[in-house]
Amino acid sequence: MSVSLRDVTVRRRGKTILGPLSIDLDAAGFSIVLGPNGAGKTTFLKILHGVERVTDGTAEWSVSAEEARQAQAYVFQSPIMLRRSVGQNLAYPLQLLGMDKADVAKRVLDWAGRIGLSDALERPAPRLSGGERQKLALGRALIRSPKVLFLDEPCANLDGRSTREIETLLLAAQRDGTRIIMTTHDLGQARRLASDIVFLLNGQVHERAPASEFFTTPKTVEAKAFMEGDIVE
Amino acid sequence: MNEIWAGILAAFRLIVTLDGDLVEITLRSLQVSLSALVIASAIALPFGTWLAIRRFRYRRATIATLNALMGLPPVVVGLIVYLLLSRSGPFGVMGLLFTPTAMIIAQVIIITPLIASITHQAMRELWAEYHDLLISLNTSKRQRIATLIWDGRRTLLTAALAGFGRAIGEVGAIMIVGGNIDHATRVLTTAIALETGKGDFALALGLGFVLIALALLVNFAIHALSRTEREGTW
Repeated sequence: MSVSLRDVTVRRRGKTILGPLSIDLDAAGFSIVLGPNGAGKTTFLKILHGVERVTDGTAEWSVSAEEARQAQAYVFQSPIMLRRSVGQNLAYPLQLLGMDKADVAKRVLDWAGRIGLSDALERPAPRLSGGERQKLALGRALIRSPKVLFLDEPCANLDGRSTREIETLLLAAQRDGTRIIMTTHDLGQARRLASDIVFLLNGQVHERAPASEFFTTPKTVEAKAFMEGDIVE
Repeated sequence: MNEIWAGILAAFRLIVTLDGDLVEITLRSLQVSLSALVIASAIALPFGTWLAIRRFRYRRATIATLNALMGLPPVVVGLIVYLLLSRSGPFGVMGLLFTPTAMIIAQVIIITPLIASITHQAMRELWAEYHDLLISLNTSKRQRIATLIWDGRRTLLTAALAGFGRAIGEVGAIMIVGGNIDHATRVLTTAIALETGKGDFALALGLGFVLIALALLVNFAIHALSRTEREGTW
């Protein structure tokens, strides 16, 4: 399912955090949202996910709002672990849908294997390491086979190995038909994963281009400076 | 000092010989306070959780009132329940005054605000932690409350135990609505008050020690059953 934002503006306490911003995102692809801190990346993701109040403008999915929400998943920058075991964390989104127990158990086993936590099913989730938590959060997001997956800097604070494991999972999810929209500060990661780039600056879409184009011939001075490691404000 | 020793001896003797009256009084104490605890928890746990996740206009006032009600004077509660249940009162026809049921009603009124208030405080923290995830997963209100209660069950146990502690040691209200009738509504606390008044300090102390032991026992039993404090912070 695709989405289009029209003149979306978010204001909080008289300050404009985002917009006015208009953009269309297709039903497939791997979009990476780049930009300095405070550019509105997280707000942008939350608007798409439908959990952030919009002051002006519209955000419309190609399906009904309710249907769109059910078909989405969101992975937070610092993973939120339910105070339950790893297995119960994986099962939770399925239980909410009222799926029967045997099916839930089967899928939980399958996903625990995919995220490499088969041996940790009974361990309390809050006591996993940072990398394991993020993988669990990702597994819990993907277990419903969402059509759209949002990730807010999923690899911040992770080491190379965990980052690679997460990226492998993301590429596999994309192959299985999940559309991914993700923010990151890691340009290397953006190069590895992105099919297209949304470059945000001061709450505006400053540049939008297919990844190959963006990384070789950026059109704006700021995007070029950002990629060369200069500080963009 | 003599009286305390005599009290310990009397308590020991009463327990070892499984004194009929003592057993009856103890069981009634447990029956009244545990019933009150179950009913109050059934009201207060969902209500306190609901208060933590729901934003509405008079929320702050509700919470302030709830906190104030934690210190509700039992004697006044007893008086009001008495008036409501007495023959000339609105519920007089039900003939509940001076029965264990009346005592349970009074205790439910006393401990519900306490349990709800502690629940609300604990759930507020848990909700802050879970908020983004549960919103993102598009959960219904009912699912949110159920998730919070289940994952916060250890803290809720503390809330329930605080309620039980207040109920089992309470004397003012149950004295008024129960009437301390032998073999009918006499419980440990009212019996202690009576024996002290009669000057039988040894028996009063004996009953007092049984009461304390009972409170400890129930706490240990519940902790053992629910395995708190065994798995780190939760």
